[in-house]
Amino acid sequence: MMNLLLKRGVMALLVIVAAAHSAFAEVRINIRGGRAEPLPIAISDFMSKGDLGPQISAVIAADLRRSGLFAPIDKAAFIEKISNPDQQPRFDDWKAINAQALVTGRVTQEGDGRLRAEFRLWDTFGATQMTGQQFFTQPENWRRVAHIIADAIYKQITGEDGYFDTRVVFVSESGPKNARKRQLAIMDQDGFNVRTLTNANDIVLTPRFSPSKQEITYMSFENNQPRVYLLQLETGQREMVGNFPGMTFSPRFSPDGQRVIMSLQQEGNANIYTMDLRSRTTTRLTSTAAIDTSPSYSPDGSRIVFESDRGGKQQLYVMGADGSGQTRISFGDGAYSTPVWSPRGDLIAFTKQSGGKFSIGVMKPDGSGERILTTGFHNEGPTWAPNGRVLMFFREAAGAGGPQLYSIDLTGYNEQVIKTPAYASDPAWSPLME
Amino acid sequence: MSRFTSTAPSRMQTLARNPVMVALVLTLSLAGCKSKSGLPNNANELGLNGANGAGAATPGSPQDFTVNVGDRIFFDTDSSAIRADASQTLDRQAQWLAQYPNYAITVEGHADERGTREYNLALGARRASAAKNYLVSRGVPANRLQTISYGKEKPVAVCDDISCWSQNRRAVTVLGGAGM
Repeated sequence: MMNLLLKRGVMALLVIVAAAHSAFAEVRINIRGGRAEPLPIAISDFMSKGDLGPQISAVIAADLRRSGLFAPIDKAAFIEKISNPDQQPRFDDWKAINAQALVTGRVTQEGDGRLRAEFRLWDTFGATQMTGQQFFTQPENWRRVAHIIADAIYKQITGEDGYFDTRVVFVSESGPKNARKRQLAIMDQDGFNVRTLTNANDIVLTPRFSPSKQEITYMSFENNQPRVYLLQLETGQREMVGNFPGMTFSPRFSPDGQRVIMSLQQEGNANIYTMDLRSRTTTRLTSTAAIDTSPSYSPDGSRIVFESDRGGKQQLYVMGADGSGQTRISFGDGAYSTPVWSPRGDLIAFTKQSGGKFSIGVMKPDGSGERILTTGFHNEGPTWAPNGRVLMFFREAAGAGGPQLYSIDLTGYNEQVIKTPAYASDPAWSPLME
Repeated sequence: MSRFTSTAPSRMQTLARNPVMVALVLTLSLAGCKSKSGLPNNANELGLNGANGAGAATPGSPQDFTVNVGDRIFFDTDSSAIRADASQTLDRQAQWLAQYPNYAITVEGHADERGTREYNLALGARRASAAKNYLVSRGVPANRLQTISYGKEKPVAVCDDISCWSQNRRAVTVLGGAGM
């Protein structure tokens, strides 16, 4: 019996994965032309006492909708009213409204006060359950559980890791442009649960997540000493990175989280250094009479992409992790900056200035295949979702307003604003939470 | 019969621990540390300018420097070259600073908003360094001079055209306090 179930489960999975792959093929085709139809999915209200079940379902639906790959079906169209999420649904009722997949679930409270959230994902046309999982958490983490379930659905249907159970650290900006206040802030990837991490006394810029710890590196003008800092999210402990004689800026972690790479300004030149966070030793990687900055490691840690104006304008360069073999990779019109290596390793995202416009684009690590995803008055500072399929960046209009955060699919479609309580810039996406 | 698969224990532990982390983060945001707030550093912020304030300031005072000498120079787009008009201002600054030798000086470098953040930090530093080097070449002792770059983070003019951006591409010589 177990074997049979297992086999059926695997078979259902294969059927849906094949369907999802063909959906992706359409997305890829539509990079050059039209737009892919998102997969219709029915997300029924989770059973619960009170509103929590429907609230969890709404967060799951919002995550999937925002991904651009799913089209959650309006609940008013549902024919079957799910009363027992463990029971096989009436598949014909769901096929009749063209739901390719159905999510059912339940939230209950355990004796110790924890929430227990269970869900099942059904393949309606294959008439099988694709997966079923349960999670336990404190009640205040209910949104996180919804994101975890959305990730499980995304992974089951696309075959790729999701990115919903993630957070974004950014700079929250308030006040007029010529007297702007800036605070580090963190939020869930969907813009909820915003919390500030620093006060507004000092300019803070370019926060970046550690790939391995609950830690952020950023730049602060504390005490009029512009330097790179580390901030432990769990303890609030802060420390300056290294003891450099001038401004340090543009920090990022190495993929193993053990080093910070950054620029050191000396007179008119900026060069790239790393500091090993265990031994505290620093290593200089570039030595030019130029501005070398915005370093970003490849996910395997073997290479570094950065920007330099050594040839005149800002262009992108790639070098070995030891600084060897510095090679220019960008050759298009305009200036290229803020390169960020994709977590999948296949692409580098960047900001491009050309013809008075600021664009976000991607290119392969050898500089080929440049593709602009969005262009306008000012778009800057891309960051990758941990699955390498979605980018976030900030956009600013001309004049007295302030920046806002946007996300866009790697295909250049599905641009979405991330609403924040104040102006927001310099987003950095966390890894998937563990 | 259960067809549920169980989740990884590590994730459940993290979920359980999460409220503690949130609480600590909130504590941090409330218990921030204090540092020097920004002081007015130029004629506009002080409500002074050459048109209506000239000559009113006490000779040798910061107001005298700002109003009668000129505390700032401007740069071309993406350039740190000292322009002819800027060198005249810096010459006056060097003269004044020689006359009032007790002031320590900070040269602040700035960029306009039409660049990316990290590059503009470096460009502002390059401009501050260029202004500093010019002042040193005119006899101001290097040990009186510090530099700092604010990149594009502290514009004085807010608008969306070229005339405005040109006011923000600047190096401002700030008197860091007498007798320092």
